[in-house]
Amino acid sequence: MKEFIEGSRAVAEVVKLCKPGVISAYPITPQTHIVEELAQMVANGELKSEFINVESEHSAASAVLGASAAGVRAYTATSSQGLLLMAEVVFNIAGMRLPLVMTCANRAISAPINIWNDQQDSVSLRDTGWIQLFAEDVQEAADLHLIAYKIAEDKSMMVPVMVCMDGFILTHGIENVDIPTQEQADKFLPAYKPLYKLDVANPITMGPLAGPDYYTEARYALHKTLEDAIHLIPKVTADFAKVFGRTYNGLVEGYHIKDAERVIVAMGSVCGTIKDVIDELRAKGKKIGLLKITSYRPFPAQAIYDALKDVPKIAVIDRALSLGSYAPLASEIKAVFFGKKKKPDVISSFIVGLGGRDITKDSIKEVVRLLTAKEVTGEFIDLKPELLKENYS
Amino acid sequence: MNSIFNSGHTACAGCGQSLAARLVLEAAGPSTIIVNNTGCLEVFSTAYPQTAWGVSFVHSLFENCAAVASGVEGALKYLGTKDKINVIAQGGDGGTADIGLQALSGMLERGHDILYVCYDNEAYMNTGVQRSGLTPFETNTTTSPIGSCSIGNLRPKKPMPEIAMAHGIPYVATASAGFVQDLQRKVKKALAIKGPKYIQVHVPCPLGWRHESNKTIDVGKLAVETGLYPLIEYENGQLTGHKTITPKPVEEYLKVQGRFKHLMNNPEAIKAIQAVADNNIKKYGLKVEAQSAA
Repeated sequence: MKEFIEGSRAVAEVVKLCKPGVISAYPITPQTHIVEELAQMVANGELKSEFINVESEHSAASAVLGASAAGVRAYTATSSQGLLLMAEVVFNIAGMRLPLVMTCANRAISAPINIWNDQQDSVSLRDTGWIQLFAEDVQEAADLHLIAYKIAEDKSMMVPVMVCMDGFILTHGIENVDIPTQEQADKFLPAYKPLYKLDVANPITMGPLAGPDYYTEARYALHKTLEDAIHLIPKVTADFAKVFGRTYNGLVEGYHIKDAERVIVAMGSVCGTIKDVIDELRAKGKKIGLLKITSYRPFPAQAIYDALKDVPKIAVIDRALSLGSYAPLASEIKAVFFGKKKKPDVISSFIVGLGGRDITKDSIKEVVRLLTAKEVTGEFIDLKPELLKENYS
Repeated sequence: MNSIFNSGHTACAGCGQSLAARLVLEAAGPSTIIVNNTGCLEVFSTAYPQTAWGVSFVHSLFENCAAVASGVEGALKYLGTKDKINVIAQGGDGGTADIGLQALSGMLERGHDILYVCYDNEAYMNTGVQRSGLTPFETNTTTSPIGSCSIGNLRPKKPMPEIAMAHGIPYVATASAGFVQDLQRKVKKALAIKGPKYIQVHVPCPLGWRHESNKTIDVGKLAVETGLYPLIEYENGQLTGHKTITPKPVEEYLKVQGRFKHLMNNPEAIKAIQAVADNNIKKYGLKVEAQSAA
């Protein structure tokens, strides 16, 4: 049934359909509405779940780690500083192969402190061993949670999934959303049956010390599983389409790229704005397209290559920085084409929308204007040079 | 494996913590899940592909066993099996009183049905005897070394039992690897109580304390008998138990350990440690005479 609801509530409704036995979270803007909604559902008896109010994000991640180790489907959500505070647990969860799902309401990182949206938080934790899926709109953000549990709990995976949704823009944005029925959700996502759990009858040791003789293989196995996820993700989204009637690729999605002379590559809600600009420019006969990256980890290099190999000019939009180096997404897009015969003539890189600076249609048009034969690297859009002037008298 | 905590692990000879951990688990019984902080115990008992644990055991990180255990307990409650299973969270003194204090406080405050056991060997032994918040006054450690300007650790032990008790939890106790029956009685008593429980066990460390490895029990006993490590029990905030002693001078405890060797020609420094013991004896009424007079 379609409802006109806030993104956070849509996510909470879908998480409820996933029936997590344990939810643990610590409040941080702009994630709060999601966990408030879930707490209310538990308080109302609509959701049978243990809701653990912890004293930090480090403990939120640790509590869901424990719940998952004990054999129960569990859920947490965070943002920004919260994600950084739980960073060591985030690595640990993946290393322990626990199939948790977490929402990251993407927000800028301090300093300066800033509660608004960019993607520096998730991008900074790209190497943790979590699958990271970026949502374009509220419907996709909600749907990705069902998809995330299905991927995470697949017996060939047993890896955690982070659903990344732009803070405020998606968490607080109100859209017309199709919330699935419990029957549909149950059909797609059956009750969780753990491969291993802390069991009194069959004791196991989890989280042991692994010395030089074993550590490499444990990490190799996790790495290979993440790579294997590239093949699983489209299968899961295809299953999703059968039950819910909504089609996602889960890795990358093209918009008008078949005949495109210029393609913008981006992640998250900015893709919606880019599509509007493309529609306008296409009406004027300009052959522009979009490649939306849904799966940032695993990085779908082959799918990106296939989509962009014949496109003359590429603009990569990053909403995060790798300070002192190439922009994170741009450097990986370039890596896809290194040493390849077929490749774009130009891969230009743009930094847009940090700390909640609005990305308007004009911002995107500026990217298009600057996407010429002259390749640019790490070009900031909408930068205010007047703020950078300083007198040292 | 035929025991719930098996031999063959890699603890040092005379390790007080391995002894205490086995005693705690044997008192708890097989229907127990252990959640362990990083530290000596986890390292010497779970070097893959071996494990000493005959019960289900999980280790995550240095400071989060109380939070992980909270999640385990939540999961068992959700599954409806909590009443049949003990959840024990445990760590060393650094993992408990320093880096893990926040997670522990959260666990205690939220009222989880978990027993937390702190194995207190009074320094970061796994990393090479660095000072922790539970290192005693004037102890020589690698980060509170003695020197021309230092006679060791500047501060007394952080009052962890009182900090735990301030959370309004039903049971707090101290115990010692030197008093085996007392330790096991306290573990059983704690596990019979619903809610958060805190037991701090004094565990001599031959390597870090620099005492003979066959003297672990004796050193543990001396800490109690001098009044430096009072064995006490609090139930619902009231002091309901304490082991009475005929106090021995603290020097008897200090002189058998290399970590206090620098104090042997320093009567003033020993006096300061004696004052710590005297204060404990007075505060908890530990002296046998005081008991009979009452």
